[in-house]
Amino acid sequence: MKNCLVVDDSKVIRKVARHILESLDLSVSEAVDGQDALTQCEASAPDVVLLDWNMPVMSGMEFLQALSSAKMTARPKIIFCTTENGISHIKAAVEAGADEYVMKPFDRETLESKLAIVGVI
Amino acid sequence: MAIPPPDAILQGAARILSGLLEARTGQILSEGRAWRMETALRPVLRAHNLRDIDDLAAQVVRRRNARLEEDVVNALLNNESSFFRDLQVFDMIHRQILPRIQEDRQEERTLRIWSAGCSTGQEAYSLAIRLRNEAARWSGWRIEILATDISSAAIEQARSGIFSQMDVQRGLGVGDLIKWFEPHGEEWRANAELRRMIEFRQDNLFDPRAPSGEFDLLLCRNVLLYFTAERRQAVLHLLARHSHAGSVLLLGAGETMIGQGDDFAPHADFRGGYAPKALASNNADRAMRGVG
Repeated sequence: MKNCLVVDDSKVIRKVARHILESLDLSVSEAVDGQDALTQCEASAPDVVLLDWNMPVMSGMEFLQALSSAKMTARPKIIFCTTENGISHIKAAVEAGADEYVMKPFDRETLESKLAIVGVI
Repeated sequence: MAIPPPDAILQGAARILSGLLEARTGQILSEGRAWRMETALRPVLRAHNLRDIDDLAAQVVRRRNARLEEDVVNALLNNESSFFRDLQVFDMIHRQILPRIQEDRQEERTLRIWSAGCSTGQEAYSLAIRLRNEAARWSGWRIEILATDISSAAIEQARSGIFSQMDVQRGLGVGDLIKWFEPHGEEWRANAELRRMIEFRQDNLFDPRAPSGEFDLLLCRNVLLYFTAERRQAVLHLLARHSHAGSVLLLGAGETMIGQGDDFAPHADFRGGYAPKALASNNADRAMRGVG
């Protein structure tokens, strides 16, 4: 079973995402900020990271930059999942290495579609 | 049309409205869609200041308001669509079908695609995106994408190229979103280059004024399932008339040609695709006889 790491400081968003992802037969782990996510990725790389932009301690963009120099066996797919819905943010995320981008609010169909595009499901 | 007594109108509102849909589009309202009728018609009730669907049906029976009838039909049609719906189908089009067509049409250097029952246009835009992403490969080719649908509202939206945030997140990759769409208020709009590639036209698949000529690739996905068996065959006859021996027809994932007449047969090379039967055999006969 493939694993998705949900990185979001909102407990509600993590809960909603977990519910959807588990219904898509993915195992789910959670991180509350970028630093927490980085620690978990270095311990065991997930197949995909669902990544919020604005978080305390370490933002999604800072996590993405840190991930590029982290020691990992395999790089996970990165799907930004954020309320930053402007095209400049989307372009910046892609340039920084994000594989996909989800604009909140999202639903099951959106997540399913993005996971299929990155080849996780 | 005679006006039925009020009691009959009250009892038969759903029947009257689904009858209007069938008369105008050939589509039958399945049980699954019938239960959503009230929800689907709510905006129509508001727009025309009507109390409920019984009131609406009474207006429809009087046949005095063409605009109202059009709005009812538009509301009852299922316009569900998404970009690159059934990704495997688009991969097959991209990796197998288009290269074959390109090989076959090397001399003419024309590619004609018909998205029949295109709804709000995502299928046609998905095809246009794939073709534009490989612009060099199609350099010097005349590419025509015709997209037709019975719903005037759907065609209007398709032609505008404007899609909600939710729409552009269903099936469309972020790379294609950045490349081919522009922010349009809270929504997104396909850019002019993409919009120019597609001719959107309101068209009834039973109307004899069908598009002209033959198409290399015909997509009629998730359309036949709304028709009776007889009407399905009529649509397939029409599609066959606009096919040539090398044409490929693609239906929806849950749709089959079994019991749908003799116009098409499963394609020998493309899984889930269909080839025009009579034309294919005519072509084989001609080849055997050394004709052409």
